[in-house]
Amino acid sequence: MSTYVEHAHDAHDDHEHHDSGSQTVLGFWFYLMTDCILFATAFAAYAVLYRNVATGVSGKEIFELPYVMGETAALLLSSITYGFAMIAGYKGNKSAVLGWLAVTFACGAVFIGMEVNEFHHLIAEGHGPNVSAFLSSFFGLVGLHGLHVTAGLLWMAVMMFEVAKTGLTGRAMTRLSCLSLFWHFLDIVWICVFTVVYLKGAM
Amino acid sequence: MSQAHEHAADHGSVKSYLTGFVLAVILTAIPFWMVMSGNFTKQATVIGIFGFAVVQIIVHLKYFLHLNFTKEGKLNSFSFLFTAMIIVMLVGLSVWIISTADALMLR
Repeated sequence: MSTYVEHAHDAHDDHEHHDSGSQTVLGFWFYLMTDCILFATAFAAYAVLYRNVATGVSGKEIFELPYVMGETAALLLSSITYGFAMIAGYKGNKSAVLGWLAVTFACGAVFIGMEVNEFHHLIAEGHGPNVSAFLSSFFGLVGLHGLHVTAGLLWMAVMMFEVAKTGLTGRAMTRLSCLSLFWHFLDIVWICVFTVVYLKGAM
Repeated sequence: MSQAHEHAADHGSVKSYLTGFVLAVILTAIPFWMVMSGNFTKQATVIGIFGFAVVQIIVHLKYFLHLNFTKEGKLNSFSFLFTAMIIVMLVGLSVWIISTADALMLR
């Protein structure tokens, strides 16, 4: 009987610990896993199409690795600054959270700015997504990642507003945890993008 | 208070983020250098850049996403491993099927 009671008590504790916040974060993780598969389909499309350059350019002719290195640095830096924002959040330091989120937002904005600039140059030089299967899949894959980062920036702006207005409530921390997963996940996808698309393509 | 501390331990410290960051910088710099210097054969470069990418992904999963196999974290880790298996099948089989079809068409 006593073991039963103890067990029931344990279960209750467990329940307390798995509050709705951590359930939400776990659910968000499952969403990210399906998002992984969405990216995988875009990678698969790129992998089967990248040789089909038709009359257009190949990756070797258009990829500039130093520029891609800059984009990578901006995104990697934003990953660690978001980590610092989360650490500040767990310490309950509101102004530090807002500061680190602002730095993260700036790094993400630099990344998106560089990507838009790259796309603009390619299209202006006649290497738009309508030229070849290679360029279609390139713009599709890299653009899909860029759209995700843009959505992350929008989310981050909303979170900065929420934290500034209502402080580091449990709800805000749950949302920041989800955004943390999203943001670090996008950095992982970018590792795959610069390896499969840019490094492999520039060889 | 103790619960807040436990949470902080769960979600990484400044030190663990910095460790992850330094490793990620190194693991990014090497493949870029391999391709840009052109010092290696094509095959070695391909193996190198994909190898470093895999290692860097593991570093990110450990230090930034805090995946682990504790009681709390193993559901996340196993769902990731399952997804990784699906991705390998999805991408691998697509490439295999299409490249085989290409080879047959060009024969």
